[in-house]
Amino acid sequence: MPEALFEVGLNIGLAHYLSLAAMLFTIGVFGIFLNRKNVIVILMCIELMLLSVNINFVAFSVHLGDLTGQVFSLFILTVAAAEAAIGLAILVVFFRTKGSIAVEDISSLKG
Amino acid sequence: MSEFNLSSLSVMMPEIFLAIAAMVLLVAGVLRGNQSTRFICNAAMVALVVALLIMLGCEPSGDIVLNGMFTHDPFTFFMKFLIIIGLIVTLALSVQSLYQDAIIKFEYPILVLFAGIGMLIMVSANDMMSLYVGLELQSLSLYVLASIRRTHLRSAESGMKYFILGAISSGMLLFGISLVYGFTGSTNFDVIASTLAGEVSLGGVIGFVFILAALAFKISAVPFHMWTPDVYEGAPTPVTAFFALVPKIAAMALIIRLLFIPFFAISEQWFQMVWFLSFASMAVGAFAGLRQHNIKRLLAYSSIGNIGYALIGIVAGNEMGLSAILVYLTLYMVMTAGVFGIVLCMRRDGAAVESISDLAGLSRNSPWLAYALALLMFSMSGIPPLAGFFGKFMVFQAAVHSGLYILAVVGVLTSVVAAYYYLRIIKTMFFDEPADKFEGNIEFGRKLVITLSVAFIVLFILNPSPLVEMAQSAVHSLF
Repeated sequence: MPEALFEVGLNIGLAHYLSLAAMLFTIGVFGIFLNRKNVIVILMCIELMLLSVNINFVAFSVHLGDLTGQVFSLFILTVAAAEAAIGLAILVVFFRTKGSIAVEDISSLKG
Repeated sequence: MSEFNLSSLSVMMPEIFLAIAAMVLLVAGVLRGNQSTRFICNAAMVALVVALLIMLGCEPSGDIVLNGMFTHDPFTFFMKFLIIIGLIVTLALSVQSLYQDAIIKFEYPILVLFAGIGMLIMVSANDMMSLYVGLELQSLSLYVLASIRRTHLRSAESGMKYFILGAISSGMLLFGISLVYGFTGSTNFDVIASTLAGEVSLGGVIGFVFILAALAFKISAVPFHMWTPDVYEGAPTPVTAFFALVPKIAAMALIIRLLFIPFFAISEQWFQMVWFLSFASMAVGAFAGLRQHNIKRLLAYSSIGNIGYALIGIVAGNEMGLSAILVYLTLYMVMTAGVFGIVLCMRRDGAAVESISDLAGLSRNSPWLAYALALLMFSMSGIPPLAGFFGKFMVFQAAVHSGLYILAVVGVLTSVVAAYYYLRIIKTMFFDEPADKFEGNIEFGRKLVITLSVAFIVLFILNPSPLVEMAQSAVHSLF
């Protein structure tokens, strides 16, 4: 089956993985800035950014034949879990005081 | 892969000790509940003092241990010394106001300790992996601290903003690290340095730009400063004091190490970026501060401006510039400690007041406080006999020495503009109609911090050389 793929020129290399990661990262960043509705969507976008970096690390790690990148991606997964937990906790605290999690309601501090 | 050697851990004894102490205190806090807050604050201060003594006991040899992850040289020694002192001062300042503001939570000192451990690790990092873990340990603790007063909307909102922007910046940091890793083949600072010295790859430079942007966020350099005023204003005042005192010093140390060890080969590229960060921070810090009425917001813009001055030393790019930064950061930390000590005393009818006009007539109500704040403000604006002048002087001297005339001129001009808002506070205290009195009881720890801070800035002129020499020898290890 892989041979058939090579014949039609579908050789997936480092550049493809990097482009995918860059696209996911960009979608994540744009999601944060364009989203005007809900804070939970922002949390999802942050997760998308961190996970796209993991693709980068694993792709480079395989390409270089060096395990450091894969170890690093495990660290990122762990920290991303802690980060999501803290983000959701702060979100709950905010909802309790404000009664809303709309992005436009995060606006009492200005100047 | 070198063999693991237990004696290599002696280099990181302060961190290990603090980590164990923080976890023991966490257990103690859980068992005894929130009424043990004061005890845990005091125990945390004792633990920090012990960590400081341990650090003074071990020679900063520059050994790199744990497979190139961790280093301890005179530069990290100097920075860690500042950080630990800053943590002790933070706790000494905050105990009383935790009780006054009814934020009696034993987690507060423990989170400060964990944030401190993260900062110590990131200052000592010699590998992107330890850098990332240290930075995240710090940031995650700070997000929680910002929203620790969880029944108040402003505290929750500042935590929310800090979290979202902080998470974006750590995403950018990671993306940058992944590119640097891919194009240099390693995450170790020394290997990155030697690879980039051989051949500068475009991917590596792009990765570096992402890393610098993320770290500029941590030191709140313009244009990555948006979070600072909101977080400073919304967070409870003891937490704001912590934010102003310590994390920026750690992040600055990290930036200095990154720029001068792994990325020194691309100094042509980072020169322009840091130049712009410095220029923009000075300008925004001075002009945006002019129209602030809230003193915490004003101090946020003041800290943005001060980071701009400190960055001049990096742009200068030599030992003279870096030792000027170290002196500048030390003096800035001392002044900020005093200022926040006084801001924490601004309380009326059982609640904190934060507006500059609340200081009106302070010279008649509590003259000592007013004179102390006046001296601190003169020092902040850089009036000669006080310590703040020397920090600015050394930085500008380094700039002129390296031919950075534009930055030096902009620096002097913006510090004149910024002097307006520092002096306005003095005018409000001494010449405006007195407002009501502040509550009088000030705890010993806070009095001590204010007194030491004022004494330091007044007496610094008598013998500035020990600090300057210490900074010079600390910086020497980077070159």
